[in-house]
Amino acid sequence: MSGIGATPPRFRVTVDREQCMLCERCVENCPYGVFRSQDGRLLIDSRRCTACHRCIAMCPRDAIDLQERPVDYRSHPIWTREIREDIYNQARTGKIILAGMGNAADFPIIFDRMVLDACQVTNPSIDPLREPMELRTYLGKKPSRLEIRKDERGEVELLTKLTPNLQLETPIMIAHMSYGAISLNAQLSLARAAKEVGTFMGTGEGGLHHAIYPYQDRMIVQVASGRFGVDIDYLERGAAIEIKIGQGAKPGIGGHLPGEKVCEDISCTRMIPVGSDAISPAPHHDIYSIEDLKQLVRSLKEATEWKKPVFVKIAAVHNSAAIAAGIARSSADAVVVDGFRGGTGAAPKVFRDHVGIPIEAAIASVDAKLRQQGIRNEVSLIASGGIRESADVAKAIALGADAVYIGTAALVALGCRVCGNCYRGLCPWGIATQREDLVNRLDPEEGSRQAANLLHAWTLELSELMGAAGINSIESLRGNRDRLRGYLLDEGIMKVLDVKTVGA
Amino acid sequence: MGYRIDAQDLDYTRLNQLLRTAVAAGEKEIEVEHVLGQRFIADGLKGEVTITIHGVAGGDLGMFMSGPTCILHGNAEHAPGNTMDAGMIVIHGSAGDAVAHSMRGGKIFVRDDIGYRGGIHMKEYDSKRPILVVGGSSRAFLGEYMAGGLIVVLGLRGTPAVSERGIGSGIHGGEIYIRGEVPPHLLGVGATMNPAVDGELERIAPCIREYAGHFGKDADTLLADEYIRIAPASSRPFANKYTWE
Repeated sequence: MSGIGATPPRFRVTVDREQCMLCERCVENCPYGVFRSQDGRLLIDSRRCTACHRCIAMCPRDAIDLQERPVDYRSHPIWTREIREDIYNQARTGKIILAGMGNAADFPIIFDRMVLDACQVTNPSIDPLREPMELRTYLGKKPSRLEIRKDERGEVELLTKLTPNLQLETPIMIAHMSYGAISLNAQLSLARAAKEVGTFMGTGEGGLHHAIYPYQDRMIVQVASGRFGVDIDYLERGAAIEIKIGQGAKPGIGGHLPGEKVCEDISCTRMIPVGSDAISPAPHHDIYSIEDLKQLVRSLKEATEWKKPVFVKIAAVHNSAAIAAGIARSSADAVVVDGFRGGTGAAPKVFRDHVGIPIEAAIASVDAKLRQQGIRNEVSLIASGGIRESADVAKAIALGADAVYIGTAALVALGCRVCGNCYRGLCPWGIATQREDLVNRLDPEEGSRQAANLLHAWTLELSELMGAAGINSIESLRGNRDRLRGYLLDEGIMKVLDVKTVGA
Repeated sequence: MGYRIDAQDLDYTRLNQLLRTAVAAGEKEIEVEHVLGQRFIADGLKGEVTITIHGVAGGDLGMFMSGPTCILHGNAEHAPGNTMDAGMIVIHGSAGDAVAHSMRGGKIFVRDDIGYRGGIHMKEYDSKRPILVVGGSSRAFLGEYMAGGLIVVLGLRGTPAVSERGIGSGIHGGEIYIRGEVPPHLLGVGATMNPAVDGELERIAPCIREYAGHFGKDADTLLADEYIRIAPASSRPFANKYTWE
């Protein structure tokens, strides 16, 4: 304890003693140690609470109540509680503050200031129950023109050589979350869901655990700056390869998986010794230029005999559009743009909350730049970072994306309560943890059903939204900004998004 | 005489296709002639085969390679042995930047000099411990972010083995041996330096003998010299940088 003293507890947990039957499920379920049973009495240490809601979800009597900010500071519009507490923290430690989950700063959400269109009278809407809705999406290069030959019988032969594409049954994929950042049961749940739904999922920079091999044709294997888990076998197993340059939650910096999280199994998939720090440098040290990136893209294609699409993921930053245009010319098959709301297990808070730009603006500007330069067909555009619901998917596609990745939303489908304590490795939902008893709380069978349900439900909603707009194929929604309107967005941002205001 | 490939006017994809086909057909000795800057030679190649390359190899020679031996009679452009898993690369000449970048296993011997960031982020795992031996000198940031493996730089070409800064900056595993003196101000953050002692010299002796064998040098003279050992100050260089929210 320092001269600053204790800061007020963030949460207060109370138990309705009349309801409580002392079953101690809360004691068993809370890995943070909020509850303790002593001499037939339940003791509560609210200061340890993270608001993960595990106790509340497991209490058979609804006896637990949770209050946020039970004791607050004198309110002040500038010197917020958070600002004050960060200063106390850094005055004590002198260190960089790490935080979990995505951007928590109070920036306006552009998705929520845009509305979708629907048909009335003219151009009738389509009932997806009756009419086929085409949501199948192909990711990868499309030829700028097709050469065909007709023989004397009128049979058509395609002369243009097509590049490998990924075939998705819905334009929603599951983002890269490594084994290590999340548990094997979480990865298994998501991989099974991806396979069942006919979409894909990213490995993150954590290698490929052998338990995931049965789903490898649905996995996009990642090559990041640490090259952890990367060997020729890994590259050959994946359906596609993704080079990670940057991440929306922490653009411009690398990552460190602390040694204490590198257990036997994780050491095996990342191919590093047990207990050693896994340090991913900020840049790839074999990529210092756009020409070098091209070399890495091609080295991956060459290693896998040009059979697999190669994606390049960047964080959404000020000049994403120009970077994406460079990527489109590097032989890459897709560019992934990760907006500043993208989640993470741990990131320096100052990066998480202040670096990068929103995905909505990045999609529009990247798509516009690629179209201006006549190279939109050279790459697919995948958007990620802050996609929360099917409407976000529809809006992202209408702004110009081919498909989206969802990360946090997929974890929420597994039970995540967005408590933001992922970095502590004690996730009570068995997601962001490697502790066996906690991991076992997540049943991959159930988990995969929940994740698949979510993907299925969003896909249904997407087809309803399309039908209402009189659109029966995802290609007709893509980049169709005319079906979007900005609601109380300023003129500058509407120009970037290339959408009109409501009423216009 | 083994299988021969004339690389003249072949692009790298075609060259690699010929190599793969030959390896699949069971060839154990392959000669590649007239190489003129083709990148990615033996990229992702598996198997037990010796490929002798005549000419100048382009970038990423032996990238992701797992098993083969490449003997290059000429210089290599940047990053030979990039993310290599197993096998050996012997370069009768010099090599560019980021030699052995992120290499996890196998051996690389460079007769002459290497560029910047040699052995950057080399790692080791299980029985895999990559080795990089350089006969001449290295430029700055040798062994940066090194997480495992062994680098030896001999300085046999009239200039000191390393005379630029950032040696082992961010090193958190593995070790670097330098023949001769290293001024302390060249050490990177997180690296420590000591004269190599007997047990350590024994550990590098086989690598030096192997280097000498490849390039016709006298191993005993080399082994009689003094070496400096550069190693991590901590296996957790970033452990004290952060606090939690």
